[in-house]
Amino acid sequence: MTDPLFEYLCRMGDNTLVLSHRVSEWCGVAPVLEEDIALANTALDLIGQTQLWLGLAGEIEGKGRDADTLAFRRDVWDFRNVLLAEQPNGDFGQTMMRQYLFDAWHLLQLKALKGSSNAQISAIAEKAVKEVTYHVERSGDTVIGLGDGTEESHQRMQKALDRLWPYVGELFVSDAVDQALSAKGIAPEPTSLREEYDTAVNAVLAEATLTRPDSDFAHQGGKTGVRHTEHLGHMLTEMQWLQRAYPDATW
Amino acid sequence: MYAQMIKSTGEGVKSLEDMDPDERAFQERINAGGKIEPKDWMPDGYRKTLIRQIGQHAHSEIVGQLPEGNWITRAPTLERKAILLAKVQDEAGHGLYLYCAAETLGVSRDQLTRDLLSGKMKYSSIFNYPTLTWADMGAVGWLVDGAAIMNQVPLQRTSYGPYARAMVRICKEESFHQRQGYDIMMKMAQGTEAQRKMAQDALNRFWYPSLMMFGPSDAESVHSAQSMAWKIKVNTNDELRQKFVDQTVPQAHYLGLTVPDDDLKFNEETGHWDFSQPDWNEFFDVLKGNGPCNVERLEARNKAWDDGRWVREGLLAHAAKKKATHLAAE
Ligand SMILES: [Fe+2]
Ligand SMILES: [Fe+2]
Ligand SMILES: [Fe+2]
Repeated sequence: MTDPLFEYLCRMGDNTLVLSHRVSEWCGVAPVLEEDIALANTALDLIGQTQLWLGLAGEIEGKGRDADTLAFRRDVWDFRNVLLAEQPNGDFGQTMMRQYLFDAWHLLQLKALKGSSNAQISAIAEKAVKEVTYHVERSGDTVIGLGDGTEESHQRMQKALDRLWPYVGELFVSDAVDQALSAKGIAPEPTSLREEYDTAVNAVLAEATLTRPDSDFAHQGGKTGVRHTEHLGHMLTEMQWLQRAYPDATW
Repeated sequence: MYAQMIKSTGEGVKSLEDMDPDERAFQERINAGGKIEPKDWMPDGYRKTLIRQIGQHAHSEIVGQLPEGNWITRAPTLERKAILLAKVQDEAGHGLYLYCAAETLGVSRDQLTRDLLSGKMKYSSIFNYPTLTWADMGAVGWLVDGAAIMNQVPLQRTSYGPYARAMVRICKEESFHQRQGYDIMMKMAQGTEAQRKMAQDALNRFWYPSLMMFGPSDAESVHSAQSMAWKIKVNTNDELRQKFVDQTVPQAHYLGLTVPDDDLKFNEETGHWDFSQPDWNEFFDVLKGNGPCNVERLEARNKAWDDGRWVREGLLAHAAKKKATHLAAE
């Protein structure tokens, strides 16, 4: 098995890489100017976090791969992001619902990582937690505003929630990598975050007048890399084209 | 420039003696280097011309997001991606300040947006050109932001206070953009053969459209004379274009790139570069809507606005509900 620490850092970095890519797809075409600016902010924070997580991953691996090499020269099966992050943007409601469902988990994850026994990880978490505290406030407010807005916005948000809910469970699935790291106090057991997540999400959904889907069925295969969705390949086709077309260039 | 072909009203500049007392006081204030603020008296023509000029500038910032946004998802490194995204975000911010400045003149952002989307108001011709390779991100920053700065630095001293103050903020950011663009070009020009080819190709395609940004010669235009008397235009288009060429040619040479103009020559007598005019027929075609990307740019903006309607309505409805609950609680 590959080093669990490397695996874990790729999971963190690929989540932020893939999600930042999706968010940046909104550039210039958001519903209002203020949202263009806010979405760019989120994407920028996530790119910065990607540089830190994948940078550290490359360092731990010790094979001379830096953050850019990891981001732009791996294929789909080497990506370790959760399936939620690679889901297409859909309408603005789906984008913000995806963001909120992710942010709410991301914040808990980073708060736990601040206490990591690994000093480099806790330093990254310390920085990222400030940014993500703001992300979740904003995405949560938007989910509430649109859920409890007009009839149309309510319906669209419910549809987005129903569409994305099956991708929430994967955030809390524990596997050998998680167990190895939690045993060393490096990262939390994913299952340990679920209760607090549910409390926070239930409160926001209630205020948004949205109904949480009954089924807790969870699609899986992203964080292990075993089975991504078809969407990731298309994303990488775009994201990695330049680096692969001109492999000997530096930019 | 970002505001091109702005027709100010009037048949020529009036002399102080021909003005009524309000107008005369207004013009004397401008002549003395004073600022006009939103609540001050101003001639109708001044207000209308400024709305057109600031509005067009704001629209240019907004539409200008599209050609660069085109490369964010294909940026070559994480750092370049972040720099480009931050730049495009700055442009959105510039649009926002400028719409705010226009609003002080009594027009709403929604009205200006509708006029952009219907094609009634224009944006800079430059954003109707496509960005085809990564080198275009360098060329746009270097040349397009570079040309924008040429025009906007003098506008920091423009007579209308809110516009002048918006320009001060914007200019600082634009010079970052230009340096970042030049840095991309430098990396490409010093890179592999393919990269050098991309850099040269980008310069070839963006050189003349950048010169067009300043608009056709307006040295003899009465409209321009009026705008200059009002200090909402500080230099003629030709002066700015010459300044831009003088600044840019040595930079191109430093990159080892060739400016696509066989008649480009340093004139020892004038101390300036002599250069060829762009094809003004092409410029007027672009203004009429026949540039390579006019249709797509307006389609993209219209789609964003239409697709976003339910979001704007939803958020407004929610804000109204919250306000009602607060009032009920009081
Ligand atoms: Fe700008
Ligand atoms: Fe600009
Ligand atoms: Fe700029």
